[in-house]
Amino acid sequence: MAKLTINGTVREVAVEADTPLLWVIREQLELTGTKFGCGMAQCGACTVHLDGRAQRSCVLPAARAVGHEITTIEGLARGDRLHPVQEAFIDQDVPQCGYCQCGQVMSAAALLAKQRNPTDADIDAAMSGNICRCGTYQRIRAAIKQAAGRMAGGVRS
Amino acid sequence: MMGRASRRDFLRTTALSGGILLAFRVPALAQSVPAAPGAMGAPDFAPNAFIRISKQNVVTILVNKSEMGQGVYTSLPMLIAEELEVELAKVRVVAAPVDVAYAHPQFGIQFTGGSMSIASEWERFRQAGATAREMLLSAAADTWKVDRATLRAENGRVLGPGGRSLTYGQLVDKARTVPVPKDVPLKDPSQFKIIGKPTKRLDSRVKVTGVATFGLDATVPGMLVALVARPPVFGGTVKQVSADRARAVRGVKHVLSVPSGVAVVADSFWAAKKGRDALEIEWEVPPASAVDTDALVVEYTRLAKTPGARVLRTGDVEAALGGAAKRLDADYDMPYLAHATMEPLNCLVRISPDRCEIWTGTQLQTVDQGNAARAAGLKPEQVEINTLFLGGGFGRRATPSSDFIVEAVHVAKGAGAPVKTIWTREDDLRGGYYRPMWHSAISAGLDGGGKPIAWKHTIVGQSIIEGTPFAGGFIKDGVDATSVEGAADLPYTVPAIAVDLHSPKSVVPVLWWRSVGHTHTGFVVESFLDELAQAAGKDPYQFRRELLSGHPRHLGVLDLAAQRSGWGTPPPAGQARGIAVHSSFGSWCAQVAEVSLSGNAIRVHRVVCAIDCGRAINPETIRAQMEGGIVFGLSAALYGQITIKEGRVQQTNFGDYPVLRMDAMPKVEVHIVPSTEKPSGIGEPGTPLMAAALCNALFALTGRRIRSLPLVRHGFESA
Repeated sequence: MAKLTINGTVREVAVEADTPLLWVIREQLELTGTKFGCGMAQCGACTVHLDGRAQRSCVLPAARAVGHEITTIEGLARGDRLHPVQEAFIDQDVPQCGYCQCGQVMSAAALLAKQRNPTDADIDAAMSGNICRCGTYQRIRAAIKQAAGRMAGGVRS
Repeated sequence: MMGRASRRDFLRTTALSGGILLAFRVPALAQSVPAAPGAMGAPDFAPNAFIRISKQNVVTILVNKSEMGQGVYTSLPMLIAEELEVELAKVRVVAAPVDVAYAHPQFGIQFTGGSMSIASEWERFRQAGATAREMLLSAAADTWKVDRATLRAENGRVLGPGGRSLTYGQLVDKARTVPVPKDVPLKDPSQFKIIGKPTKRLDSRVKVTGVATFGLDATVPGMLVALVARPPVFGGTVKQVSADRARAVRGVKHVLSVPSGVAVVADSFWAAKKGRDALEIEWEVPPASAVDTDALVVEYTRLAKTPGARVLRTGDVEAALGGAAKRLDADYDMPYLAHATMEPLNCLVRISPDRCEIWTGTQLQTVDQGNAARAAGLKPEQVEINTLFLGGGFGRRATPSSDFIVEAVHVAKGAGAPVKTIWTREDDLRGGYYRPMWHSAISAGLDGGGKPIAWKHTIVGQSIIEGTPFAGGFIKDGVDATSVEGAADLPYTVPAIAVDLHSPKSVVPVLWWRSVGHTHTGFVVESFLDELAQAAGKDPYQFRRELLSGHPRHLGVLDLAAQRSGWGTPPPAGQARGIAVHSSFGSWCAQVAEVSLSGNAIRVHRVVCAIDCGRAINPETIRAQMEGGIVFGLSAALYGQITIKEGRVQQTNFGDYPVLRMDAMPKVEVHIVPSTEKPSGIGEPGTPLMAAALCNALFALTGRRIRSLPLVRHGFESA
C-alpha cells in the first residue's frame, strides 16, 4: 500500500512500486483524463503536475510520487470554475479529437504558473513535449496567450 | 487490481454550466434510445432514428458518424437544430448504435470516412429535423384546435395565436400520435440561423476537463486488461510458446493463444505488460515475410517501366512524347506511413452466451459488427457496438478486417471475462495497416511554346481495397480507383494522357490514410507540374492558371491562395514560396507555403490555404480541419516513414517516427470560398497538397527538386 496525494486528497493504492503513476491514476483511482500515448515521455498525453510542475506520469514509478502533491486534469478546475487555460481552450475552439488535450492543458497551466507572460519561444519550449496529431498547435498557442492575458488581468489570481 | 468500475461510468450524463447538457458519455443510453420508452419511463417522441424528445424537454440527437476530431458531433447536430428550431447548445448528442437506419444512403453500411459525413447527411439530417418540427406543429394545432398555419416553431417551443406557447416536451405525447409526414419542405438557405455561422464545438468542455470517454477509458465491472504479443513480421505465426515466466508475474490471470498471437490477460495494464515481456515465443517466419522496403523501391521502379492496367488513355501519348520540343522524365517515391493516432488502438469486449458488447472507437461499425459476430460465434444482431470518442482516426479505425476488434473478441472469449485489449505505441506503430508505399514514373512533353502536349504516368503501389468487402465497388478492370484518384482525373489541359497502374501484392497490410490515394497523387502531380513550369520558363502559378481553363473551382482556390499569400510580391527575406492546387473528396484546395532553409534545417513559416467545399456548414470546423490536414501532411513530408528490413518494421515510437510539434508549427491562414453549392469534404482535402507546396518552395529556394519523401531522407531536418 502506498499513500498518494492526488488533487488534494490522500488516496491509498495497492501497486507494485515500479508501476508508472499513469496507470495508478487511470486504473486504481479511476481518473481517466490522463491519457496513455507512448509510454516513453515522448508525447505528453500523460502530463500531470507534481508539486506544480509538469510531469510525464507514464515514466514515473508510482512509488516516487509518494510525498508529492499530484494534480491531474480532474483537479485543475476549482469546483465548477475552470482553469483559465481550460476556458481559453474552449474559447479558441482548440480540441479536435481531444485525446491529447488534457496533457496540453496541464503543460500550459504549468507554464503559466511560472511564467505569467510567456513569449513564443517560452511556449515552444514548454509545449513541444506534447504531441497533437490533429494539428491544433496554432490554437493552443493562441489559447495560452489568451489565458495569460486573463490571468494577468486578475481573473484568477 | 483493476479499479472499482461501475455502470455509472456509462450512465453518467454531464451537466455543464449554463444549462448545457451534453451526454457524450452515454453510449449505453444510446442503445436504449431507439426503443420508444424514455429514460424516465415516459415514452419519448421518436419521429425518426436521429431525434428523441423527452417529456422533460430534452432534445437528444443520435449521430451516426464517429467523432474523431473532425467535428461531426457539432456540425451534424447543427443541421438538425436548424430545421427543428432548437438551440444547438441545449441538445444532447449521443453516438448512434449500429443499425441499418444509420447506414450511408449509398454504401448501405454505417461508417465514417471519405470526408463525406456532411455530404451524405446534408439532406437526411435536415429532413429529420424538419419532419420532427412539422409533427410538433401538428400536435400543437390539434391541442389548441387552431389552424396549423397560424403556428410557428421557435427555440424549442411552438408559438400560437394569443401568445400561446408549448415546449416541445409538453407536446411529446400528442406528437407521438401524429403520422410521420413525407418530404417536408426544407428551409430556404436565406433563412438559416445556425448553418453557415461559425460555431464553437459542443465537445470542447468535456475534452479539456478529462470527462470525455475514449475507448481507452471504457471500463465494466470485473474487467481485465490484455496485451497481445504479435509476430515480429507480417504473416508470421507462433511456433512455440513458453508462458511459465509470464504466468508467474503477479496480476497475470491468463496466457491465451489467439489467431493474432499470444495474449497476456491481467488485472492491470502494467501486469499485462510485464507478463508479455516475460513470454518466450519462437515465431514461424515464412519466406514471404522478409520484406525489405529498400528492395521494394527498386522493384517498384522496375515495374513502372512495364505497362500496367490501363487507367486512362486520351490521344496518342507516345507519339506526342516523340514529337515534343522538350521531354521531362521523373521518378517519385513515397514510403509506407503509419496513422499514429494519439490514442493507441484498444477495444473492450464483454461476451455472454448470446451477446457480445464492444466499447471502442471505430469508423466502420457495420463491418465490425459482422466480423465480431463471426469471431464470437454469434449473429451480427447479437453484437452491440458502443462507439466512444476516437483519439484520432485518420483511417486506422476503419479496418475492413476489424483487426483490433476481432482480436479483442478472441481475447475476451478466451479469458471468459470482460477484457480491454490495449496496444502500446510500439504495437500500434509496428502493427501494420499502413498508407501504401507508392512509386510514380512520370513523363511529359512540352511544345515549343512551353505547353504540355503529353502526360504519361505509371503508378505502382498495393491496392487498399483488394480483398476487402469493398472490392466490388471500387476495383474495375484491375484498377483500384483509390490508387489513382487525383491522377486519373487530371484537371490540366493536356491533349494526350496515359495513366497506368501496377498493384503488386505484399504481406504488409495497407489501409486508407487521411486522403488515401490523393496522398501520393497530390504530391506527384503538383510537384511535376512545377517541374514543367520551370522547364517552360513560366511562373508556377500562372502556368497552372493557363492549364486550368474549364475548371473554375480549381481556379477559384488557386487565385484566392495566390492573392492572399502575396504571390508575385517578394517573399520575406530568406524565404521562398511554393504553390499547389488539388481537388479531392468533392472539394478544391490550394496552398502556398513560405519556407526558409538554414543549413539543412527547413522552416515552414506560413501556409496560406484556400478551400472550396461548397456551402460552409461550420466555418470554424472547416478552418480547424484545414489546419489539421496541413499539419498531418507536413509531418509526413518532413519525417514520415515506416521502413522494413528483413520483414521487421524499424520504427518503434515517436522518437523514430517523429511528427510535427509546437516548435515547428507554421502560421496557417485559411480562406473559405463563399459558395452555395452542395457541401463537400473537409477532413482530408487539406492534407495532399502540403508536401508539394513545401517541396516546390524548396525548389524555388535552392534549385533542388525533391522527388521522394520524407525530407529527412535527403539530409534535411526540421528547424
